[in-house]
Amino acid sequence: MIEMNNIAIKAANLTKKFGDLAAVDHISFDVKKGEIFGFLGPNGAGKTTTIRMLCTLSRPTEGSATVAGYDIVKEDSKVREHIGLVSEKMIMYDLLTAKENLKLFGKLYNIPNDLLDKRIHEVLSLVEMEKWANHQIGTFSTGMKQRINVVRGLLNRPEILFLDEPTLGLDPQSTSEIREIIRRINIENKTTIILTTHMMVEADMLCNRVGIIDHGKIVASDTPMNLKRMISKIGTTVVELDILNLTNNMVALIQSLKCVKSVVMKDSTRIKVQAKGDDAFNDIIDTVRQNNGKISSIINLEPTLEDVFLHITGHEVREQISNNVTMAGHGPQPRVKTRIR
Amino acid sequence: MLVLMPLFMMLMVGFIFPSGSSISNTPIALANMDEGTFGDILVTQLEAINSKTGMMDLSTATDFDDIKTKIQDGKISGGIIISPDFSSSLMSGKQGAIMLVTDQSNPQISMMIEGVLTKTIEEMGTQMAVHKLSTTYNIPPDHTLAVIKPYNVQVKGIVPGKPNYFQFVAPGIMAMVVMMSLMTGLPHAISYEKDMGTLDGMLVAPINRFSIILGKVIAQTTRGLVQGLIILALAILIFGVVIYGNILLVIFLLLLCVFSFVGLGILITSFTENEETATMVMMTLMFPMMFLSGVFFPMQEMPWYMQDIAHCLPLTYATTALRDVMVLGAGVSAISTEIMILIGFGTVMLLIAIPMFKKAMSK
Repeated sequence: MIEMNNIAIKAANLTKKFGDLAAVDHISFDVKKGEIFGFLGPNGAGKTTTIRMLCTLSRPTEGSATVAGYDIVKEDSKVREHIGLVSEKMIMYDLLTAKENLKLFGKLYNIPNDLLDKRIHEVLSLVEMEKWANHQIGTFSTGMKQRINVVRGLLNRPEILFLDEPTLGLDPQSTSEIREIIRRINIENKTTIILTTHMMVEADMLCNRVGIIDHGKIVASDTPMNLKRMISKIGTTVVELDILNLTNNMVALIQSLKCVKSVVMKDSTRIKVQAKGDDAFNDIIDTVRQNNGKISSIINLEPTLEDVFLHITGHEVREQISNNVTMAGHGPQPRVKTRIR
Repeated sequence: MLVLMPLFMMLMVGFIFPSGSSISNTPIALANMDEGTFGDILVTQLEAINSKTGMMDLSTATDFDDIKTKIQDGKISGGIIISPDFSSSLMSGKQGAIMLVTDQSNPQISMMIEGVLTKTIEEMGTQMAVHKLSTTYNIPPDHTLAVIKPYNVQVKGIVPGKPNYFQFVAPGIMAMVVMMSLMTGLPHAISYEKDMGTLDGMLVAPINRFSIILGKVIAQTTRGLVQGLIILALAILIFGVVIYGNILLVIFLLLLCVFSFVGLGILITSFTENEETATMVMMTLMFPMMFLSGVFFPMQEMPWYMQDIAHCLPLTYATTALRDVMVLGAGVSAISTEIMILIGFGTVMLLIAIPMFKKAMSK
């Protein structure tokens, strides 16, 4: 029973079907109080549908879940009192000012006027937007809008805050600001945070625990560190090769090597190879050399969550998105250990 | 948009649909083919009458073919042909033949012209007969009319004033605008917020889902009512419509109209996924209602099966009730059937719609 008190969300066989398609397929997981739990997966993996079910916006086809101790179907209005939602689409009216928007949505939670005014002031100062309080939302930049949008979910002091792709479409600076805000909310208010993202870096940075979700199923769930360790434990190495005269034939040959798990083209000369075994490096280099390949550099990468995802699901999250964002994002410095041989 | 829509609607309908008195300066060609003098006399008389009423814009033509070409070219709306043997027939004691040529591509105008011209020429014939009778048989002129036209028909309505198309159409348009603003406004408001994402913000708050739809309904009702009242004001101020019944009863009926359509609006909102589908469903439902419910044309003019369909549409009853009150000065008791039907329809629709809406919101 003591353990129960520590649990913010408990889902058991939660399922949502749209016709024959199971968007969320019998997933079970727990989220502990006070942690940041991230659903990581490509678009269409079922992250948003899961969040919508937990927020009582969508009824599960099968299975059940409790949020803040209340059943999401039977006690949906109780659940609503204890949660905040920051969805992918901004929940704000462009014609109203920042303050008016916050006031409007605060009113829906039956917060007394004076308390509401105090909270609005608090959340605005949290995101350093006080001086924009009386400006129309429509005149804001996307980053400013998102800051207001995020704190809008905090007005009712929720125990659990759901964030659906909170940094989607933001520039690098706003992205890191929003991430910082999320972290502060978690630390200062002790709010449990559930967030979805398709960005590996974001999940890695923010989350205490990550659930990797693909095709409606949770394929792995652990701390980012453990997930990454999982890869190194089984002796997987990740190398990036820069071959000046890279051909498709060469890629195919590398792929056909026994030790190679996957090959991903980064651009016309660079490939990223996941391989296993002690001789992996030698085998790959031999193959390239035998085909007169000119290797300009070899980088031995530490496994990232992206590699974990690749390892578990056998496919990339969505190459172009994850690449661009990783490049543009204000994430931690790329953990690259250069070891040119 | 709030003000513009009803204004536009009323002006459009008001000016497009011809009313009896609205014909003026209609271009008409006159072909006098008569070889004798009676034709000229007729033309002079016609011109004299026309100069008083200003109804026609007379021009001359040579014969039927000439008139035909001119009608085809769109230069004139009709023609009058005085036959070549007009004078000789009259002289020999036969009837003089006059032919009216109408533009069949425009049935409404041509019907009107036909009626007006027939009446004018008939009147001229009567005058001629009066003249002839009194000269030939020495009957005093004031008695001759009784010989030729023994019956004098007079028209009297149950309320003062002449029947007027605006008077007829204004109540219908009011009911229609209220219906339209609810049936388009409600799904639009909800699906717009759904698309924007703001609806989620309300749904995720601990408030009753019913209060969300109630808020939307109140907003749309206000809009519909304001539009209805704008039409009423326009009808009275610009088109000289007179309300013979109780104005409060009119407002009550508009509210009742809202009530009976709210359910339908919510229902459509619930089972359509996006705004586009909602608009399409709405149009499909609205068009038959607009044309079959006797808003623009009297229902009695329709074939029986169409009348049967019309009797299934709530707008029919709203229109009838409003018209009875506004034009005929009817009281509550006279329109109790319509009121009952509107309440009944609204209740049934709401009973179906509200559970559907609640379900749709947690899909």
